[in-house]
Amino acid sequence: MIPLGHYLIVSAILFAIGTAGVFLRRNLITILLSIEIMLNAVNLSFVAFGRAQGTVDGQIITFFVMTVAAAEAAVGLAIVIGLFRHRESLNPDAFTSLKW
Amino acid sequence: MDQATLRFAIQLAIIGFTFFMLINASALLVLAERKIMGFMQQRYGPYLVGPHGLLQPLADILKLLFKEELRPKDADRWLFTLAPIISVTAAFAAFAAVPWGAETTFFGLLDTPVKLGVADVNVAVLVVFAITSMGVYGIVLAGWSSNSKYSLLGGLRSSAQMISYELAYATTLASVIMLAGSLSLREVVDAQSGYWLGFIPRWYLFLQPVGFIIYVIAGVAETNRAPFDFPEAEQELVAGYNTEYSSVRFALFPQAEYINMTTMSAVATDLYLGGWHGPLLERFGLGWVWFLIKVGIILFTYIWVRWTVPRYRYDQLMQFGWKWLFPAAVINLIVTAAFVLYFNV
Amino acid sequence: MSETILFYLLAGVAVVASALVIGQRNPMYSIMLLIASFGALSGLYIQLDAPFVAMAQVIVYAGAIMVLFLFVVMLLNAPQEDGAEWDRAHPLRRPGIGRFGALLAGLLIVQLVWALTRVNDVGGAIGARGDAAAISSVRAVGRVLFTDYVFAFEATSILILVAMVGAVLLAAREGSR
Repeated sequence: MIPLGHYLIVSAILFAIGTAGVFLRRNLITILLSIEIMLNAVNLSFVAFGRAQGTVDGQIITFFVMTVAAAEAAVGLAIVIGLFRHRESLNPDAFTSLKW
Repeated sequence: MDQATLRFAIQLAIIGFTFFMLINASALLVLAERKIMGFMQQRYGPYLVGPHGLLQPLADILKLLFKEELRPKDADRWLFTLAPIISVTAAFAAFAAVPWGAETTFFGLLDTPVKLGVADVNVAVLVVFAITSMGVYGIVLAGWSSNSKYSLLGGLRSSAQMISYELAYATTLASVIMLAGSLSLREVVDAQSGYWLGFIPRWYLFLQPVGFIIYVIAGVAETNRAPFDFPEAEQELVAGYNTEYSSVRFALFPQAEYINMTTMSAVATDLYLGGWHGPLLERFGLGWVWFLIKVGIILFTYIWVRWTVPRYRYDQLMQFGWKWLFPAAVINLIVTAAFVLYFNV
Repeated sequence: MSETILFYLLAGVAVVASALVIGQRNPMYSIMLLIASFGALSGLYIQLDAPFVAMAQVIVYAGAIMVLFLFVVMLLNAPQEDGAEWDRAHPLRRPGIGRFGALLAGLLIVQLVWALTRVNDVGGAIGARGDAAAISSVRAVGRVLFTDYVFAFEATSILILVAMVGAVLLAAREGSR
């Protein structure tokens, strides 16, 4: 049997990788992908804790997190498309002025 | 050999047998398609290789193997090779969750019966759906990595079509699951054993006729076949997403397509046509023969439809999927839910 | 024994694939590596007796959201070398901000792992409480989902509707509204 701590450590590492990606990458798509990594890390934590408690609540919250991630990815990518059309660049540093 | 290792060996043999039979199925479908197409067009089809052309698939495969492996200079090196691998892996893997026969002890060789099928998962319906939806990547990547406008358009159209028809596909799956009360394909099949009034088999085809039609149409669209094969139509897009492919990489695409067809037919048989249940043969442990017959009938229908009806134009195809098929599937789901609730089936 | 091997294999694939995701220049490669990571996570969910979540992960994340990302990357056809010059250097060799960020990320990992391994009752084997068959069945998940969490479920469906409308509106071309 695998201890709960192992799953939590994997989740922590994935979360840190996602955070690093959000801060370090200068490409909008990769930033959104790193956000997805963070959400997955959190999902893993939820399911692991749910299993440790012996209930299904962990799985249900994971289900909601997945749905919210899908909605957020859709809207985020739509925004990225709009931004790209305007400035022809996926670098967040190209959008530093508040003027459109 | 003690029972445990014997059981393990037999399960390995079943897995190998299933894989082998899937490859044979794709080879056979190559031949069957050309022969049936020929007969429908009042000609013989392949006739020279082997008796009545029966060894034609062998000739086709040898020809493809000996062709030159081309790769366009600007094609993405990794993705160009990865795309057919993903297609064919998803196609084979999807069949892993499909049971094709009842439990058997192989005429008393084993103490406890072993189930005929690669794996018996209790969420088999979801597994098949999940893995077939991964097959989209093969096509999208093939279209993109070929670095050619025909391929890109073909790949985009094909994948958009596949994900559009997944909606109707999943909704009809949900209706059948409601009737059966379980996601496991084996339990769905076992819920269809027995007869009404002594002679009408308890197939879900009779309880869900609309659902079956929607499922078959969605299945045909999912596998990019028959009237929905605009993305790979020769007349419109050269060859769509596999324009730039040759030799083995190319051979994997039609193989993936035929195996997807086989998986769709197998799942349709399990869900709607009672799987391996049928008169007479089950008593001798030969239920899988019925399974083969039913899958064969559906595959024949696939080929039949392809060479009978003209092709849908792409926008007509997308309209049909979103505006007609998906609402029909949703209405089917609601009616089934009301039926299940009212009659406590 | 085989369970432990499987866990380390899947966890290793998930971590390595995710680490490679944030290091790729080509967003297409990032997406494919992330799909591999999601597949490994799905395997971990199956090990945690959650087959429904595992399949939902493949269907929703790997099969739908990543296809969306892929479509956007293909349609935008963004130049691969986009991004500042220093984006391509190794994290530890970047000027000022980049190096600091990489070090902070490493520090975050160390902190989290330190904290998690010192919590009580976390070292025990998972699966001690609760019946595996009871909580892994879809029926059990559905029952709790539609009774205790039904409000959240309905709110989520409205959320998806809003997201769908919003995405179509945001991505539509200026003239064709």
